[in-house]
Amino acid sequence: METYSFLRHMADSWFLLAMTLGFLGLCVWAFRPGSRKAHEDVANSIFRNDDRPADATPAQTRKEA
Amino acid sequence: MWDYLKLAGLGVLAVLAAIAANYAHDLAYQVNAITVMLAAGISFLFVLRTAGDPKTVNQAEYFDSVIRAGAIATSFWGVVGMLVGVVIASQLAFPQLNFEFLQGYGNFGRLRPLHTSAVIFAFGGNALIMSSFYIVQRTSAARLFGGSLGWFVFWGWQLVIVLAATGYVLGATQGKEYAEPVWYVDILITVVWVAFLIVFMGTLFKRKEPHIYVANWFLLAMIVTVAMLHLVNNAAIPVSIFSSQQVQVYSGVQDAMVQWWYGHNAVGFFLTAGFLGMMYYFVPKQAERPIYSYKLSIIHFWALIFLYIWAGPHHLHYTALPDWASTLGMVFSIMLWMPSWGGMINGLMTLSGAWDKLRTDPIIRMMVVSIGFYGMSTFEGPMMSIRAVNSLSHYTDWTIGHVHSGALGWNGMITFGVLYYLVPRLWNREGLYSLKLVSWHFWLATIGIVLYASSMWVTGIMEGLMWREVDANGFLVNAFADTVAAKFPMYVVRALGGGLFLTGALIMCYNLWMTVRAQPARASQHSAVPAE
Repeated sequence: METYSFLRHMADSWFLLAMTLGFLGLCVWAFRPGSRKAHEDVANSIFRNDDRPADATPAQTRKEA
Repeated sequence: MWDYLKLAGLGVLAVLAAIAANYAHDLAYQVNAITVMLAAGISFLFVLRTAGDPKTVNQAEYFDSVIRAGAIATSFWGVVGMLVGVVIASQLAFPQLNFEFLQGYGNFGRLRPLHTSAVIFAFGGNALIMSSFYIVQRTSAARLFGGSLGWFVFWGWQLVIVLAATGYVLGATQGKEYAEPVWYVDILITVVWVAFLIVFMGTLFKRKEPHIYVANWFLLAMIVTVAMLHLVNNAAIPVSIFSSQQVQVYSGVQDAMVQWWYGHNAVGFFLTAGFLGMMYYFVPKQAERPIYSYKLSIIHFWALIFLYIWAGPHHLHYTALPDWASTLGMVFSIMLWMPSWGGMINGLMTLSGAWDKLRTDPIIRMMVVSIGFYGMSTFEGPMMSIRAVNSLSHYTDWTIGHVHSGALGWNGMITFGVLYYLVPRLWNREGLYSLKLVSWHFWLATIGIVLYASSMWVTGIMEGLMWREVDANGFLVNAFADTVAAKFPMYVVRALGGGLFLTGALIMCYNLWMTVRAQPARASQHSAVPAE
Protein backbone atom coordinates (compact mmCIF):
# COMPACT_ATOMS: atom_id res chain seq x y z
CA MET A 1 0.00 0.00 0.00
CA GLU A 2 1.32 3.46 -0.79
CA THR A 3 2.26 5.71 2.12
CA TYR A 4 -0.56 8.20 1.56
CA SER A 5 -3.32 5.56 1.66
CA PHE A 6 -1.75 3.87 4.66
CA LEU A 7 -1.55 7.13 6.62
CA ARG A 8 -5.07 8.11 5.57
CA HIS A 9 -6.36 4.75 6.76
CA MET A 10 -4.50 4.99 10.08
CA ALA A 11 -5.69 8.57 10.64
CA ASP A 12 -9.40 7.89 10.34
CA SER A 13 -9.42 4.54 12.14
CA TRP A 14 -6.98 3.52 14.87
CA PHE A 15 -5.36 6.86 15.49
CA LEU A 16 -8.72 8.61 15.67
CA LEU A 17 -9.89 5.97 18.15
CA ALA A 18 -6.72 6.30 20.23
CA MET A 19 -7.05 10.09 20.40
CA THR A 20 -10.74 9.95 21.29
CA LEU A 21 -10.05 7.43 24.06
CA GLY A 22 -7.09 9.49 25.25
CA PHE A 23 -9.27 12.59 25.46
CA LEU A 24 -12.09 10.77 27.26
CA GLY A 25 -9.53 9.24 29.62
CA LEU A 26 -8.19 12.68 30.50
CA CYS A 27 -11.73 13.92 31.19
CA VAL A 28 -12.51 10.93 33.42
CA TRP A 29 -9.17 11.41 35.21
CA ALA A 30 -10.18 14.99 36.08
CA PHE A 31 -13.21 13.57 37.90
CA ARG A 32 -11.31 10.82 39.75
CA PRO A 33 -12.18 10.38 43.44
CA GLY A 34 -10.07 12.65 45.61
CA SER A 35 -9.41 15.14 42.86
CA ARG A 36 -11.58 17.81 44.47
CA LYS A 37 -9.10 18.54 47.25
CA ALA A 38 -6.14 18.74 44.86
CA HIS A 39 -8.09 20.98 42.48
CA GLU A 40 -9.22 23.32 45.24
CA ASP A 41 -5.65 23.59 46.43
CA VAL A 42 -4.23 24.40 43.01
CA ALA A 43 -7.10 26.80 42.17
CA ASN A 44 -6.21 28.77 45.31
CA SER A 45 -2.44 28.56 44.73
CA ILE A 46 -2.56 31.83 42.77
CA PHE A 47 -3.29 33.67 46.01
CA ARG A 48 0.03 32.62 47.54
CA ASN A 49 3.58 33.84 46.87
CA ASP A 50 2.52 37.11 45.28
CA ASP A 51 5.51 39.15 46.39
CA ARG A 52 8.44 36.76 46.57
CA PRO A 53 9.45 33.15 45.83
CA ALA A 54 8.50 30.44 48.29
CA ASP A 55 11.85 29.76 50.04
CA ALA A 56 12.15 33.43 50.89
CA THR A 57 8.83 33.76 52.69
CA PRO A 58 9.41 31.74 55.89
CA ALA A 59 12.82 33.28 56.57
CA GLN A 60 11.46 36.80 56.15
CA THR A 61 8.44 36.30 58.37
CA ARG A 62 10.46 34.59 61.04
CA LYS A 63 12.89 37.47 61.21
CA GLU A 64 10.14 39.99 61.66
CA ALA A 65 7.93 38.04 64.00
CA MET B 1 35.05 34.18 31.01
CA TRP B 2 31.43 34.09 29.90
CA ASP B 3 31.59 37.86 29.28
CA TYR B 4 34.61 37.43 26.97
CA LEU B 5 32.80 34.74 25.01
CA LYS B 6 29.80 37.02 24.66
CA LEU B 7 32.01 39.90 23.53
CA ALA B 8 33.74 37.71 20.94
CA GLY B 9 30.40 36.39 19.66
CA LEU B 10 28.84 39.84 19.40
CA GLY B 11 31.94 41.25 17.72
CA VAL B 12 31.94 38.48 15.11
CA LEU B 13 28.21 38.98 14.56
CA ALA B 14 28.65 42.72 14.01
CA VAL B 15 31.45 42.14 11.47
CA LEU B 16 29.48 39.46 9.64
CA ALA B 17 26.43 41.73 9.50
CA ALA B 18 28.59 44.53 8.08
CA ILE B 19 29.93 42.17 5.39
CA ALA B 20 26.37 41.03 4.63
CA ALA B 21 25.23 44.65 4.31
CA ASN B 22 28.06 45.26 1.82
CA TYR B 23 27.15 42.30 -0.41
CA ALA B 24 23.36 42.72 -0.09
CA HIS B 25 21.30 41.95 -3.20
CA ASP B 26 18.35 44.09 -2.15
CA LEU B 27 17.60 47.16 -0.06
CA ALA B 28 15.52 45.37 2.59
CA TYR B 29 18.32 42.89 3.24
CA GLN B 30 20.86 45.72 3.46
CA VAL B 31 18.79 47.71 5.96
CA ASN B 32 18.16 44.56 8.03
CA ALA B 33 21.88 43.71 8.02
CA ILE B 34 22.75 47.22 9.19
CA THR B 35 20.10 46.91 11.94
CA VAL B 36 21.63 43.63 13.10
CA MET B 37 25.10 45.22 13.01
CA LEU B 38 23.90 48.13 15.18
CA ALA B 39 22.08 45.80 17.59
CA ALA B 40 25.20 43.63 17.94
CA GLY B 41 27.35 46.75 18.38
CA ILE B 42 25.12 48.19 21.11
CA SER B 43 24.98 44.83 22.91
CA PHE B 44 28.79 44.63 22.60
CA LEU B 45 29.21 48.02 24.26
CA PHE B 46 26.73 47.09 26.99
CA VAL B 47 28.50 43.81 27.76
CA LEU B 48 31.87 45.59 27.66
CA ARG B 49 30.79 48.27 30.15
CA THR B 50 29.39 45.71 32.58
CA ALA B 51 32.09 43.03 32.07
CA GLY B 52 33.66 41.86 35.29
CA ASP B 53 30.90 43.34 37.47
CA PRO B 54 29.88 40.84 40.12
CA LYS B 55 26.57 39.42 38.93
CA THR B 56 24.44 38.64 41.92
CA VAL B 57 21.03 37.11 41.38
CA ASN B 58 18.74 37.47 44.35
CA GLN B 59 16.84 34.17 44.34
CA ALA B 60 14.57 35.58 47.05
CA GLU B 61 13.08 38.04 44.58
CA TYR B 62 11.06 37.68 41.40
CA PHE B 63 12.68 38.77 38.14
CA ASP B 64 10.33 41.68 37.47
CA SER B 65 12.51 44.16 35.59
CA VAL B 66 12.03 42.27 32.32
CA ILE B 67 8.26 42.22 32.92
CA ARG B 68 8.29 46.00 33.43
CA ALA B 69 10.07 46.33 30.09
CA GLY B 70 7.43 44.02 28.64
CA ALA B 71 4.62 46.27 29.89
CA ILE B 72 6.26 49.29 28.22
CA ALA B 73 6.85 47.39 24.97
CA THR B 74 3.27 46.03 24.94
CA SER B 75 1.79 49.53 25.31
CA PHE B 76 4.18 51.04 22.76
CA TRP B 77 3.70 48.41 20.04
CA GLY B 78 -0.03 48.36 20.73
CA VAL B 79 -0.30 52.05 19.89
CA VAL B 80 1.97 51.69 16.84
CA GLY B 81 0.05 48.69 15.48
CA MET B 82 -3.36 50.28 16.04
CA LEU B 83 -2.20 53.55 14.49
CA VAL B 84 -1.08 51.73 11.32
CA GLY B 85 -4.47 49.97 11.40
CA VAL B 86 -6.31 53.30 11.43
CA VAL B 87 -4.08 54.54 8.60
CA ILE B 88 -4.80 51.56 6.34
CA ALA B 89 -8.51 51.64 7.21
CA SER B 90 -8.51 55.28 6.08
CA GLN B 91 -6.57 54.35 2.93
CA LEU B 92 -9.31 51.87 2.04
CA ALA B 93 -11.98 54.54 2.52
CA PHE B 94 -9.96 57.33 0.88
CA PRO B 95 -7.51 55.90 -1.68
CA GLN B 96 -5.91 59.35 -2.06
CA LEU B 97 -4.09 58.56 1.20
CA ASN B 98 -1.86 56.16 -0.77
CA PHE B 99 0.35 59.19 -1.43
CA GLU B 100 2.27 59.32 -4.68
CA PHE B 101 5.57 60.21 -2.97
CA LEU B 102 5.25 57.14 -0.71
CA GLN B 103 4.45 54.81 -3.60
CA GLY B 104 6.16 51.48 -3.05
CA TYR B 105 6.67 52.09 0.69
CA GLY B 106 3.63 53.65 2.31
CA ASN B 107 0.80 52.22 0.24
CA PHE B 108 -1.83 49.81 1.55
CA GLY B 109 -0.09 46.64 0.31
CA ARG B 110 3.10 47.43 2.23
CA LEU B 111 1.41 48.71 5.39
CA ARG B 112 -1.17 45.94 5.79
CA PRO B 113 1.31 43.22 6.92
CA LEU B 114 2.96 45.87 9.08
CA HIS B 115 -0.39 46.36 10.86
CA THR B 116 -1.21 42.65 11.28
CA SER B 117 2.28 41.70 12.50
CA ALA B 118 2.52 44.73 14.78
CA VAL B 119 -0.73 43.99 16.57
CA ILE B 120 -0.41 40.18 16.65
CA PHE B 121 3.28 39.61 17.20
CA ALA B 122 4.51 42.92 18.63
CA PHE B 123 1.54 43.89 20.84
CA GLY B 124 0.19 40.36 21.40
CA GLY B 125 3.62 38.72 21.53
CA ASN B 126 4.99 41.14 24.10
CA ALA B 127 1.79 40.79 26.13
CA LEU B 128 2.21 37.00 26.08
CA ILE B 129 5.92 37.06 26.99
CA MET B 130 5.26 39.59 29.78
CA SER B 131 2.31 37.61 31.19
CA SER B 132 4.09 34.25 30.90
CA PHE B 133 7.05 35.54 32.88
CA TYR B 134 4.77 37.05 35.51
CA ILE B 135 2.41 34.09 35.82
CA VAL B 136 5.01 31.30 35.78
CA GLN B 137 7.01 32.95 38.57
CA ARG B 138 4.00 33.58 40.84
CA THR B 139 2.39 30.20 40.32
CA SER B 140 5.70 28.32 40.64
CA ALA B 141 6.80 30.45 43.62
CA ALA B 142 10.25 30.53 42.03
CA ARG B 143 12.44 33.12 40.34
CA LEU B 144 12.57 32.99 36.55
CA PHE B 145 15.00 30.33 35.33
CA GLY B 146 18.09 31.16 33.31
CA GLY B 147 19.40 34.40 34.81
CA SER B 148 19.49 37.07 32.12
CA LEU B 149 18.07 34.71 29.46
CA GLY B 150 14.76 36.48 30.09
CA TRP B 151 16.38 39.69 28.83
CA PHE B 152 17.62 37.87 25.74
CA VAL B 153 14.05 36.76 25.01
CA PHE B 154 12.77 40.31 25.45
CA TRP B 155 15.39 42.10 23.35
CA GLY B 156 15.52 39.29 20.78
CA TRP B 157 11.78 39.66 20.25
CA GLN B 158 12.08 43.44 19.83
CA LEU B 159 14.80 42.86 17.22
CA VAL B 160 12.52 40.41 15.40
CA ILE B 161 9.80 43.07 15.33
CA VAL B 162 12.08 45.81 14.02
CA LEU B 163 13.63 43.57 11.33
CA ALA B 164 10.24 42.32 10.17
CA ALA B 165 8.63 45.78 10.17
CA THR B 166 11.40 47.55 8.24
CA GLY B 167 11.57 44.56 5.89
CA TYR B 168 7.84 44.74 5.04
CA VAL B 169 7.98 48.43 4.17
CA LEU B 170 11.03 47.85 1.93
CA GLY B 171 9.46 44.81 0.27
CA ALA B 172 10.94 41.80 2.06
CA THR B 173 8.12 39.32 2.54
CA GLN B 174 7.49 35.63 2.25
CA GLY B 175 3.97 36.31 1.04
CA LYS B 176 2.43 33.98 3.63
CA GLU B 177 -0.24 35.56 5.77
CA TYR B 178 0.87 36.07 9.39
CA ALA B 179 4.18 34.39 8.42
CA GLU B 180 5.55 37.23 6.29
CA PRO B 181 9.01 37.48 7.92
CA VAL B 182 11.75 36.29 5.57
CA TRP B 183 14.12 33.39 6.16
CA TYR B 184 16.77 35.03 8.36
CA VAL B 185 14.12 36.66 10.57
CA ASP B 186 12.49 33.21 10.84
CA ILE B 187 15.80 31.80 12.11
CA LEU B 188 16.04 34.57 14.72
CA ILE B 189 12.43 33.91 15.77
CA THR B 190 13.32 30.23 16.26
CA VAL B 191 16.33 31.06 18.47
CA VAL B 192 14.36 33.53 20.60
CA TRP B 193 11.41 31.16 20.88
CA VAL B 194 13.60 28.26 22.05
CA ALA B 195 15.10 30.57 24.68
CA PHE B 196 11.55 31.48 25.73
CA LEU B 197 10.72 27.77 26.07
CA ILE B 198 13.87 27.14 28.15
CA VAL B 199 13.07 30.03 30.50
CA PHE B 200 9.46 28.92 30.92
CA MET B 201 10.14 25.19 31.32
CA GLY B 202 13.13 25.81 33.59
CA THR B 203 10.94 27.86 35.93
CA LEU B 204 8.30 25.13 35.97
CA PHE B 205 10.98 22.55 36.79
CA LYS B 206 12.17 24.44 39.85
CA ARG B 207 8.67 25.28 41.09
CA LYS B 208 7.87 25.10 44.79
CA GLU B 209 4.16 24.46 44.31
CA PRO B 210 3.20 20.79 43.91
CA HIS B 211 0.83 21.41 40.99
CA ILE B 212 1.28 23.32 37.76
CA TYR B 213 -1.53 25.88 37.68
CA VAL B 214 -3.74 25.60 34.57
CA ALA B 215 -2.72 29.00 33.17
CA ASN B 216 0.77 27.57 32.68
CA TRP B 217 -0.62 24.66 30.66
CA PHE B 218 -2.19 27.04 28.20
CA LEU B 219 0.98 29.15 28.00
CA LEU B 220 3.19 26.11 27.53
CA ALA B 221 0.85 24.75 24.83
CA MET B 222 1.15 28.14 23.13
CA ILE B 223 4.96 28.08 23.21
CA VAL B 224 5.34 24.47 22.04
CA THR B 225 2.70 24.59 19.30
CA VAL B 226 3.84 27.93 17.89
CA ALA B 227 7.38 26.50 17.67
CA MET B 228 6.09 23.51 15.68
CA LEU B 229 3.88 25.63 13.39
CA HIS B 230 6.67 28.11 12.75
CA LEU B 231 9.21 25.44 11.78
CA VAL B 232 6.89 23.59 9.41
CA ASN B 233 5.29 26.57 7.68
CA ASN B 234 8.54 28.48 7.15
CA ALA B 235 10.45 25.67 5.43
CA ALA B 236 12.08 27.63 2.60
CA ILE B 237 15.36 27.78 0.73
CA PRO B 238 17.04 31.20 0.45
CA VAL B 239 17.95 32.33 -3.06
CA SER B 240 21.29 33.57 -1.69
CA ILE B 241 22.62 34.18 1.80
CA PHE B 242 22.85 37.85 0.78
CA SER B 243 19.21 38.10 -0.30
CA SER B 244 15.87 38.39 1.43
CA GLN B 245 14.26 36.23 -1.26
CA GLN B 246 13.44 32.58 -0.67
CA VAL B 247 11.63 29.70 -2.33
CA GLN B 248 9.03 27.68 -0.40
CA VAL B 249 9.69 23.97 -0.04
CA TYR B 250 6.02 23.05 -0.59
CA SER B 251 4.01 24.04 -3.61
CA GLY B 252 0.43 24.21 -4.79
CA VAL B 253 -2.37 22.89 -2.63
CA GLN B 254 0.08 21.37 -0.12
CA ASP B 255 1.59 24.81 0.44
CA ALA B 256 -1.88 26.32 0.85
CA MET B 257 -2.85 23.65 3.37
CA VAL B 258 0.36 24.03 5.39
CA GLN B 259 -0.11 27.80 5.34
CA TRP B 260 -3.65 27.62 6.74
CA TRP B 261 -2.81 24.87 9.15
CA TYR B 262 -0.26 27.40 10.42
CA GLY B 263 -2.54 30.42 10.01
CA HIS B 264 -5.49 29.02 11.87
CA ASN B 265 -3.37 27.57 14.66
CA ALA B 266 -1.58 30.88 15.03
CA VAL B 267 -5.05 32.14 15.95
CA GLY B 268 -5.78 29.01 17.98
CA PHE B 269 -2.60 28.79 19.99
CA PHE B 270 -1.07 32.27 19.91
CA LEU B 271 -4.21 34.38 20.20
CA THR B 272 -6.45 31.86 21.97
CA ALA B 273 -4.48 29.41 24.13
CA GLY B 274 -1.91 32.01 25.18
CA PHE B 275 -4.52 34.62 26.04
CA LEU B 276 -6.63 31.99 27.84
CA GLY B 277 -3.56 31.48 30.03
CA MET B 278 -3.76 35.18 30.83
CA MET B 279 -7.50 34.85 31.51
CA TYR B 280 -7.08 31.88 33.86
CA TYR B 281 -4.61 33.80 36.01
CA PHE B 282 -5.59 37.46 35.89
CA VAL B 283 -9.39 37.18 36.00
CA PRO B 284 -9.40 35.18 39.28
CA LYS B 285 -6.73 37.50 40.68
CA GLN B 286 -8.62 40.69 39.84
CA ALA B 287 -11.92 39.17 41.05
CA GLU B 288 -10.12 37.85 44.16
CA ARG B 289 -11.88 34.52 43.77
CA PRO B 290 -10.53 31.20 42.50
CA ILE B 291 -11.57 30.03 39.05
CA TYR B 292 -15.21 28.85 38.95
CA SER B 293 -14.38 25.22 38.15
CA TYR B 294 -10.86 23.85 37.98
CA LYS B 295 -12.16 20.59 36.49
CA LEU B 296 -13.83 22.50 33.68
CA SER B 297 -10.56 24.30 33.01
CA ILE B 298 -8.79 20.94 32.59
CA ILE B 299 -11.43 19.72 30.15
CA HIS B 300 -11.37 23.10 28.39
CA PHE B 301 -7.63 22.72 27.92
CA TRP B 302 -7.62 19.19 26.52
CA ALA B 303 -10.63 19.74 24.30
CA LEU B 304 -9.04 22.86 22.83
CA ILE B 305 -5.73 21.06 22.25
CA PHE B 306 -7.32 18.00 20.64
CA LEU B 307 -9.70 19.94 18.38
CA TYR B 308 -8.05 23.19 17.32
CA ILE B 309 -5.19 21.72 15.34
CA TRP B 310 -7.61 20.22 12.75
CA ALA B 311 -9.65 23.34 12.03
CA GLY B 312 -7.29 24.95 9.46
CA PRO B 313 -8.84 23.56 6.23
CA HIS B 314 -11.96 25.72 6.72
CA HIS B 315 -9.88 28.57 5.22
CA LEU B 316 -9.78 26.65 1.92
CA HIS B 317 -13.41 25.75 1.18
CA TYR B 318 -14.20 25.49 -2.56
CA THR B 319 -10.53 25.35 -3.55
CA ALA B 320 -8.32 22.57 -4.94
CA LEU B 321 -8.24 21.08 -1.42
CA PRO B 322 -9.88 17.62 -1.34
CA ASP B 323 -13.45 17.59 -0.06
CA TRP B 324 -12.66 15.27 2.85
CA ALA B 325 -10.06 17.72 4.20
CA SER B 326 -12.42 20.66 3.92
CA THR B 327 -15.20 18.68 5.64
CA LEU B 328 -12.80 17.63 8.38
CA GLY B 329 -11.85 21.26 8.99
CA MET B 330 -15.51 22.29 9.13
CA VAL B 331 -16.53 19.49 11.52
CA PHE B 332 -13.68 20.17 13.94
CA SER B 333 -14.39 23.91 13.81
CA ILE B 334 -17.99 23.29 14.82
CA MET B 335 -16.93 20.95 17.63
CA LEU B 336 -14.77 23.82 18.93
CA TRP B 337 -17.97 25.51 20.07
CA MET B 338 -17.97 23.29 23.13
CA PRO B 339 -14.55 24.05 24.63
CA SER B 340 -14.81 27.71 23.66
CA TRP B 341 -18.09 28.21 25.42
CA GLY B 342 -16.98 26.03 28.33
CA GLY B 343 -14.01 28.33 28.77
CA MET B 344 -16.16 31.43 28.48
CA ILE B 345 -18.60 30.14 31.10
CA ASN B 346 -15.69 29.26 33.37
CA GLY B 347 -14.26 32.76 33.10
CA LEU B 348 -17.57 34.54 33.55
CA MET B 349 -18.81 32.36 36.40
CA THR B 350 -15.63 33.14 38.32
CA LEU B 351 -17.47 36.34 39.14
CA SER B 352 -20.50 34.56 40.55
CA GLY B 353 -21.14 36.06 43.96
CA ALA B 354 -19.01 39.07 43.05
CA TRP B 355 -21.00 40.58 40.19
CA ASP B 356 -21.18 43.85 42.11
CA LYS B 357 -17.51 44.36 41.18
CA LEU B 358 -18.69 45.06 37.63
CA ARG B 359 -20.18 48.28 38.92
CA THR B 360 -17.16 49.45 40.86
CA ASP B 361 -14.14 47.98 39.10
CA PRO B 362 -13.59 49.06 35.48
CA ILE B 363 -10.71 46.57 35.12
CA ILE B 364 -13.02 43.63 35.84
CA ARG B 365 -15.50 45.16 33.43
CA MET B 366 -12.82 45.15 30.74
CA MET B 367 -11.96 41.52 31.44
CA VAL B 368 -15.61 40.45 31.41
CA VAL B 369 -16.23 42.21 28.10
CA SER B 370 -13.15 40.51 26.68
CA ILE B 371 -14.47 37.09 27.73
CA GLY B 372 -17.80 38.06 26.18
CA PHE B 373 -16.07 38.85 22.90
CA TYR B 374 -14.17 35.57 23.16
CA GLY B 375 -17.51 33.78 23.36
CA MET B 376 -19.00 35.84 20.55
CA SER B 377 -16.15 35.46 18.10
CA THR B 378 -15.75 31.75 18.86
CA PHE B 379 -19.44 31.39 18.07
CA GLU B 380 -19.15 33.37 14.87
CA GLY B 381 -15.99 31.54 13.69
CA PRO B 382 -17.40 27.98 13.62
CA MET B 383 -20.55 29.33 12.01
CA MET B 384 -18.48 30.93 9.23
CA SER B 385 -16.56 27.67 8.78
CA ILE B 386 -19.75 25.91 7.64
CA ARG B 387 -19.34 25.53 3.89
CA ALA B 388 -22.70 27.07 2.97
CA VAL B 389 -22.10 30.13 5.16
CA ASN B 390 -18.51 30.36 3.97
CA SER B 391 -19.64 30.56 0.35
CA LEU B 392 -21.24 33.87 1.27
CA SER B 393 -18.72 35.17 3.80
CA HIS B 394 -15.36 34.18 2.31
CA TYR B 395 -13.29 36.94 0.64
CA THR B 396 -15.69 39.55 2.07
CA ASP B 397 -15.22 42.06 4.88
CA TRP B 398 -17.22 39.80 7.19
CA THR B 399 -13.99 37.87 7.76
CA ILE B 400 -12.16 41.06 8.67
CA GLY B 401 -14.96 41.98 11.07
CA HIS B 402 -14.76 38.54 12.67
CA VAL B 403 -11.00 38.76 13.12
CA HIS B 404 -11.31 42.18 14.72
CA SER B 405 -14.06 41.28 17.16
CA GLY B 406 -11.66 38.58 18.31
CA ALA B 407 -8.50 40.67 18.17
CA LEU B 408 -9.84 43.99 19.51
CA GLY B 409 -12.53 42.54 21.76
CA TRP B 410 -10.86 39.47 23.19
CA ASN B 411 -7.08 39.94 22.83
CA GLY B 412 -7.06 43.72 23.10
CA MET B 413 -9.43 44.07 26.04
CA ILE B 414 -7.84 41.31 28.13
CA THR B 415 -4.39 42.78 27.48
CA PHE B 416 -5.59 46.22 28.59
CA GLY B 417 -7.02 44.65 31.74
CA VAL B 418 -3.73 42.85 32.41
CA LEU B 419 -1.71 46.05 31.90
CA TYR B 420 -3.98 47.90 34.36
CA TYR B 421 -3.51 45.02 36.79
CA LEU B 422 0.26 44.73 36.38
CA VAL B 423 1.59 48.28 36.20
CA PRO B 424 0.74 49.37 39.79
CA ARG B 425 2.11 46.07 41.11
CA LEU B 426 5.30 46.02 39.02
CA TRP B 427 6.21 49.60 39.87
CA ASN B 428 5.00 49.17 43.44
CA ARG B 429 2.40 51.92 43.25
CA GLU B 430 -0.70 52.55 45.36
CA GLY B 431 -3.35 51.77 42.72
CA LEU B 432 -3.92 53.33 39.33
CA TYR B 433 -3.67 57.07 38.66
CA SER B 434 -7.28 57.37 37.56
CA LEU B 435 -10.12 54.86 37.44
CA LYS B 436 -12.20 57.45 35.60
CA LEU B 437 -9.76 57.30 32.69
CA VAL B 438 -10.03 53.49 32.72
CA SER B 439 -13.79 53.93 32.30
CA TRP B 440 -13.19 56.32 29.43
CA HIS B 441 -10.87 53.79 27.83
CA PHE B 442 -13.42 51.03 28.37
CA TRP B 443 -16.27 52.89 26.67
CA LEU B 444 -14.17 54.25 23.79
CA ALA B 445 -12.82 50.76 23.09
CA THR B 446 -16.21 49.06 23.38
CA ILE B 447 -17.99 51.57 21.13
CA GLY B 448 -15.05 51.38 18.71
CA ILE B 449 -15.36 47.58 18.45
CA VAL B 450 -19.13 47.74 18.02
CA LEU B 451 -18.77 50.25 15.17
CA TYR B 452 -16.03 48.15 13.60
CA ALA B 453 -17.82 44.80 13.81
CA SER B 454 -21.26 46.05 12.77
CA SER B 455 -19.96 48.01 9.78
CA MET B 456 -18.02 44.95 8.62
CA TRP B 457 -21.08 42.71 8.96
CA VAL B 458 -23.10 45.09 6.83
CA THR B 459 -20.46 45.55 4.15
CA GLY B 460 -19.40 41.89 4.19
CA ILE B 461 -22.87 40.44 3.74
CA MET B 462 -23.74 43.16 1.25
CA GLU B 463 -20.75 42.48 -0.98
CA GLY B 464 -21.21 38.72 -0.65
CA LEU B 465 -24.80 39.09 -1.90
CA MET B 466 -23.77 41.52 -4.64
CA TRP B 467 -21.09 39.14 -5.94
CA ARG B 468 -23.50 36.25 -6.32
CA GLU B 469 -26.43 38.23 -7.74
CA VAL B 470 -27.37 37.07 -11.26
CA ASP B 471 -30.05 38.32 -13.63
CA ALA B 472 -32.72 36.27 -15.39
CA ASN B 473 -30.23 35.18 -18.06
CA GLY B 474 -27.66 34.03 -15.51
CA PHE B 475 -25.29 36.98 -15.97
CA LEU B 476 -23.65 38.62 -12.95
CA VAL B 477 -25.40 41.87 -12.11
CA ASN B 478 -22.61 43.75 -10.33
CA ALA B 479 -19.08 44.58 -11.36
CA PHE B 480 -16.43 44.38 -8.63
CA ALA B 481 -16.13 48.18 -8.68
CA ASP B 482 -19.86 48.44 -7.83
CA THR B 483 -19.26 46.66 -4.53
CA VAL B 484 -16.27 48.92 -3.80
CA ALA B 485 -18.40 52.01 -4.34
CA ALA B 486 -21.24 50.62 -2.23
CA LYS B 487 -18.90 49.90 0.69
CA PHE B 488 -17.65 53.48 1.11
CA PRO B 489 -19.86 54.59 4.05
CA MET B 490 -19.08 51.39 5.99
CA TYR B 491 -15.37 51.92 5.44
CA VAL B 492 -15.63 55.38 6.96
CA VAL B 493 -17.49 53.96 9.98
CA ARG B 494 -14.81 51.24 10.34
CA ALA B 495 -12.00 53.82 10.33
CA LEU B 496 -13.94 55.82 12.92
CA GLY B 497 -14.33 52.73 15.14
CA GLY B 498 -10.60 52.02 14.85
CA GLY B 499 -9.88 55.65 15.72
CA LEU B 500 -11.97 55.39 18.90
CA PHE B 501 -10.16 52.18 19.88
CA LEU B 502 -6.78 53.86 19.31
CA THR B 503 -7.84 56.90 21.35
CA GLY B 504 -8.71 54.57 24.22
CA ALA B 505 -5.27 52.96 24.02
CA LEU B 506 -3.60 56.39 24.11
CA ILE B 507 -5.62 57.29 27.22
CA MET B 508 -4.41 54.02 28.77
CA CYS B 509 -0.78 54.91 28.04
CA TYR B 510 -1.23 58.32 29.69
CA ASN B 511 -2.93 56.70 32.69
CA LEU B 512 -0.18 54.09 33.10
CA TRP B 513 2.55 56.73 32.68
CA MET B 514 0.96 58.89 35.39
CA THR B 515 0.53 55.83 37.62
CA VAL B 516 4.29 55.27 37.54
CA ARG B 517 5.19 58.96 37.79
CA ALA B 518 2.68 60.48 40.15
CA GLN B 519 1.22 57.77 42.35
CA PRO B 520 2.67 57.29 45.85
CA ALA B 521 4.64 54.11 46.47
CA ARG B 522 2.71 51.20 47.92
CA ALA B 523 3.31 50.78 51.64
CA SER B 524 5.23 47.53 52.11
CA GLN B 525 3.26 44.91 54.03
CA HIS B 526 6.31 44.11 56.09
CA SER B 527 7.07 47.58 57.37
CA ALA B 528 3.57 47.70 58.83
CA VAL B 529 4.14 44.62 61.00
CA PRO B 530 5.05 45.75 64.51
CA ALA B 531 8.12 44.12 66.04
CA GLU B 532 7.15 41.95 68.96
